[in-house]
Amino acid sequence: MSTRIGVVTFPGTLDDRDALRAVRIAGAEPVSLWHRDKSLKQVDAVVLPGGFSYGDYLRAGAISRFSPIMELIIAGAKEGLPVLGICNGFQVLTESHLLPGAMLRNNHLHFICRDQKLRVENANTAWTCDYTAGDEISIPLKNIDGRYTADERTLDQLEAEGRVAFRYVGMNPNGSLRDIAGITNEAGNVVGLMPHPEHAVEPLVGTGRTDGLGFFTSILKRLISA
Amino acid sequence: MTLDTVKHAEQTPDTPLPWAELGLKPDEYERIVEILGRRPTGAELAMYSVMWSEHCSYKSSKVHLKQFGEKAPQSDAMLVGIGENAGVVDVGQGYAVTFKVESHNHPSYVEPYQGAATGVGGIVRDILAMGARPVAVMDPLRFGAADHPDTKRVLPGVVAGIGGYGNCLGLPNIGGEVVFDSCYQGNPLVNALCVGVMKHEDIHLAKASGTGNKVILYGARTGGDGIGGVSVLASETFEAAGDSASGRGKTAKRPAVQVGDPFQEKLLIECTLEIFREKLVVGIQDLGGAGLSCATSELASAGSGGMRVELDTVPLRDATLSPEEILMSESQERMCAVVEPQHVNRFMEICEKWDVIATVIGEVTDGDRLEIFWHGEQIVDVPPRTVAHEGPVYQRPYARPEWQDTLQADDAAKLPRPASGDELRAAVLRLIGSPNQASKAWVTDQYDRFVLGNTVLSQPEDAGLIRIDEESGLGVAVATDGNGRYAKLDPYTGAQLALAEAYRNVAATGARPLAVTDCLNFGSPEDPSAMWQFAEACRGLADGCLALGTPVTGGNVSFYNQTGDVAIHPTPVVGVLGVIDDVTRRTPIAFAEEGQLIYLLGETREEFGGSAWSQVEHDHLGGLPPAVDLEREKLLAEILIAGSRDGMIDAAHDLSDGGLVQALVESCLKGGKGARIVIPDTASDSGSAAGDPFVTLFSESAGRAVVAVPRSEELRFTDMCGARGLPATRIGVIDGDALAVQGEFTIPLDELREVFEGALPALLG
Repeated sequence: MSTRIGVVTFPGTLDDRDALRAVRIAGAEPVSLWHRDKSLKQVDAVVLPGGFSYGDYLRAGAISRFSPIMELIIAGAKEGLPVLGICNGFQVLTESHLLPGAMLRNNHLHFICRDQKLRVENANTAWTCDYTAGDEISIPLKNIDGRYTADERTLDQLEAEGRVAFRYVGMNPNGSLRDIAGITNEAGNVVGLMPHPEHAVEPLVGTGRTDGLGFFTSILKRLISA
Repeated sequence: MTLDTVKHAEQTPDTPLPWAELGLKPDEYERIVEILGRRPTGAELAMYSVMWSEHCSYKSSKVHLKQFGEKAPQSDAMLVGIGENAGVVDVGQGYAVTFKVESHNHPSYVEPYQGAATGVGGIVRDILAMGARPVAVMDPLRFGAADHPDTKRVLPGVVAGIGGYGNCLGLPNIGGEVVFDSCYQGNPLVNALCVGVMKHEDIHLAKASGTGNKVILYGARTGGDGIGGVSVLASETFEAAGDSASGRGKTAKRPAVQVGDPFQEKLLIECTLEIFREKLVVGIQDLGGAGLSCATSELASAGSGGMRVELDTVPLRDATLSPEEILMSESQERMCAVVEPQHVNRFMEICEKWDVIATVIGEVTDGDRLEIFWHGEQIVDVPPRTVAHEGPVYQRPYARPEWQDTLQADDAAKLPRPASGDELRAAVLRLIGSPNQASKAWVTDQYDRFVLGNTVLSQPEDAGLIRIDEESGLGVAVATDGNGRYAKLDPYTGAQLALAEAYRNVAATGARPLAVTDCLNFGSPEDPSAMWQFAEACRGLADGCLALGTPVTGGNVSFYNQTGDVAIHPTPVVGVLGVIDDVTRRTPIAFAEEGQLIYLLGETREEFGGSAWSQVEHDHLGGLPPAVDLEREKLLAEILIAGSRDGMIDAAHDLSDGGLVQALVESCLKGGKGARIVIPDTASDSGSAAGDPFVTLFSESAGRAVVAVPRSEELRFTDMCGARGLPATRIGVIDGDALAVQGEFTIPLDELREVFEGALPALLG
């Protein structure tokens, strides 16, 4: 039986096709999920892809959080369902309180699209176990609301518990506190990050690197060994 | 206020109408009265005035644009030609590609963010209306001087608008141009191009046929924004049209520039594509300039029957809008579809799924009139062709300006040149640090170039290249180019140089050029000098397309780009589309492998008229632009394509503004590798400039490219060039971490990078 990984499309989601392709290239079965679906279609894990869901008109991710499918995903995540939030998906996860903190407008106030270097800080999560802690990877970053922020206590707690999953290396592209690019929940099943691993899974397109494929092979390994 | 019905118009023939304020000339108004046999109603006047504006009717340009059809080369690739929303080209494997470039110049000067944003939205809907999924955009942009205070207002707004809208649509922005010149200070050029892909059988056309079929308006509600936008676009002054836009005694002034909602557009795209997949529409048209006036009259005009529209059923944002305003509104994110009655329910279901409002506003009739009703009373009764396709046509007078000879006599050859290696070195750094020649990453990094996951090449490559079939590797490349300085010196040659450069750029990636789209940005057609420039550019482009075998598939004309009596440089922007059978064979610009040999293809002559060097070092514009040899361009393209396909070249970069040294710097920096260059001596066949380092490095002779050849392929490559008769001169090798020109100068890559990449951030913050 193949491993089924769902990719949610909200109105305004943009990177759903890319995420579906990345799942397929990694060897899993991609499953499209619609924001109004009342079922998770027996998927083994879920990707919340990037985009501007509902136009991001209130706050990035703020409205998607209330869609029918998110109720199922929030409940599932609390039971251990692996969930990866990329960019807008990360914003949805913080709005859903599955992950702490929030994203503010980039400190330079511009949309920025670049090849971004990250360090994998935690290689024990469901989505990073195919990496080694300390690995440096380059994957595309593209957003305007990407500045991770949280109160000092939360940040200290994240650091102490090893829940900072990725940190920007070289330059901090948006003013994120403590160079945080992505975090995980305590259990390690829910991971969110601003850069886009799904855009770095083929040598020919995008940046020409495949550094992002590890996210998808990680979850596949984790699910198969489970 | 009483409703101005058709009946009322018949009864009150002497009621004065504001036709002059709406931009119509006396004889144009007379013709409307003649067509209708009575005075028009207010609603009819509104429709004619926007549809007969320069922007919609092409009344001054039509007689010249005809050449693109008359001189069109034989091409098997053309599926849909000029006249539809966009041309469609066969790229093989059952795929068709549609692409088009359009201007949104005037709105972007008035309101940079929304002007540029809605420019993207408009061209994307044009592509969508052909039945295609939009897959990429690119934006050729021109601004005033980089250090002028108003440029700091216009440029960041335009870039943020393109990014804010395009990024939200999920379309990769894969190229374009950013050019600075003080001639664009009061008239920035904001052109937008979109590419779409479909299967042959999915092509849709804008026509309404089949009596009883329903006319459905779907997308955003209609509001008061952009009323009279078309008149503004094409009128002599913004103020004149701005007054008429508020019209009808209303005190509230709404923006003449439309306001965009990219989220709504994204829903509209996905919704429309799903409707296409289920084959639910007979005809479709996007609502852009002239809004419902345009969509209803064009659909009805192109179809077989007439059309009846109940205007009061149109969903409104502002319930107080008058029928005239509804007809003229340019509210964004709207489409109009013609649907057979049995498909209406399914159509509505799909719209509901995507939260898109859809309303049946009318139906196709068996008559030949476009009839529009307002709460049961008829306010429009016109033959649709007279509105949409049979507008006025002008044979504007044109004359070669008297200053043209003086300009051409002011030869750039007399300008002082760098004499020593140190002077050359300094000139190189000033060139690549100048706003036009420096890295454009400050701009392009604000656009998403990765989304959809098919971007093989994007800025700063020679052309954007996207994969359209994951299995077979089929891809298309698009480049846009234009050089107003060349066109000012000689508009005929300038237009051909723009074409040749875009053609060369596409070929440099390994793709075979197939078709052309153009955006012709000029001054006032009422000025014989500007009209001459336009006529010459059209003639040059049509002749050039015939010679290269690449037909013009569509495009756009933007006139009145002038401030007072001073027009912009004539600026034909040309987009070329090419196809590549296997995207893994694409050629990037980067010098990536040490030891590979650098070859200069083509001949270098002393050509500095309109050059980047003459602008940067001497603020000079005079003489003649580089000569064009289109047979040579074809040969060069064949060599570049063959070299790419057969693995003989690993990097290629076209030579254009800034010449050889500009290309070398860009290829070195992209690959992170240096180059050792030897200036070819007089014994070689590389052209009259051989032996002169300055001319070799800075001349802008056309028909040239620089390539990197693996040593193992050298013989095969030079044999091919020799056999085909293309001069190929070995000028150096990829090596080290500096650009070194033997006996002249050495510049470390770090220093080049700092200057090249630091210039725009320093100017724009």
